[in-house]
Amino acid sequence: MNALRTTLAGLLAGTVFGLGLAISQMTNPEKVLNFLDLIGTWDPSLIFTMGGAVVVTFVGYRLLTGGTPLFASAQQLPGNRSIDTRLVTGASLFGMGWGMAGYCPGPAVTGLASGSLEPVLFLGAVYVGFVMAGARPAPRPEAATEA
Amino acid sequence: MTTFTPIAATIGGALIGLAAVLLMWLNGRIAGISGILQGAAFSRGAERSWRLAFVAGLVLGGALYLLVTDGTLLTREGVSPWLIVTAGLLVGVGTRLGSGCTSGHGVCGISRLSPRSLVATLSFMATGFAMTAMLRHVLSVSV
Repeated sequence: MNALRTTLAGLLAGTVFGLGLAISQMTNPEKVLNFLDLIGTWDPSLIFTMGGAVVVTFVGYRLLTGGTPLFASAQQLPGNRSIDTRLVTGASLFGMGWGMAGYCPGPAVTGLASGSLEPVLFLGAVYVGFVMAGARPAPRPEAATEA
Repeated sequence: MTTFTPIAATIGGALIGLAAVLLMWLNGRIAGISGILQGAAFSRGAERSWRLAFVAGLVLGGALYLLVTDGTLLTREGVSPWLIVTAGLLVGVGTRLGSGCTSGHGVCGISRLSPRSLVATLSFMATGFAMTAMLRHVLSVSV
């Protein structure tokens, strides 16, 4: 029943994450753009959101270092440590899109609850972007065994 | 105009951190939303279901906020749909190439003291500042 437990854990973590985005008002693209607008109507709130998130995550991750997750056999941490053109190009393109509309992926998903059209359009385009950059559905397990 | 709200911003940020710690404690995973969105659509089986549930939770968190408080999530109207779509394409391509976004690199990666995530975060912050400045102050686009 590990699949049920990891799924419920995902739901819990996602809900807390979404509440955090809503309370910090990072779902409001105007607030995000006002953070990025240093020479205009600057609103530094996002620094406090990032700061609060990093402090809690830093301490929590320290406490969990070397431990075994409750519902999985091991922690899965990114192994890629290379700082290359792909990383900088990708992050730079992401920042351009972020600074254009004021959405990053999480706030756009939580913003779906508003019923507004913007997050729907934005996320549709994000998925097209994923595919343009090479994302494909994983092969079916039976197809893998036939090969 | 938005007003500076340091207390709500910090409380919300702490909850985002709590969510990242919960996901590591329970499932042993990094809370990187762009990766989770890809896995929710493109992976299979249990790898897919916890990510789908996380995405559903993100929406649920927003809905709970609307239900319990008299606040709003977003109220903007009248921005060109082309601008929104272009931004979405850049975010989709960029987060896949760069293996992460504000959550995966900016929160989780920085908290792991990953040099790779620090470089990514500085890169997207720099182009974010530049893009907003250009749109608002050079091209006079109202966003």
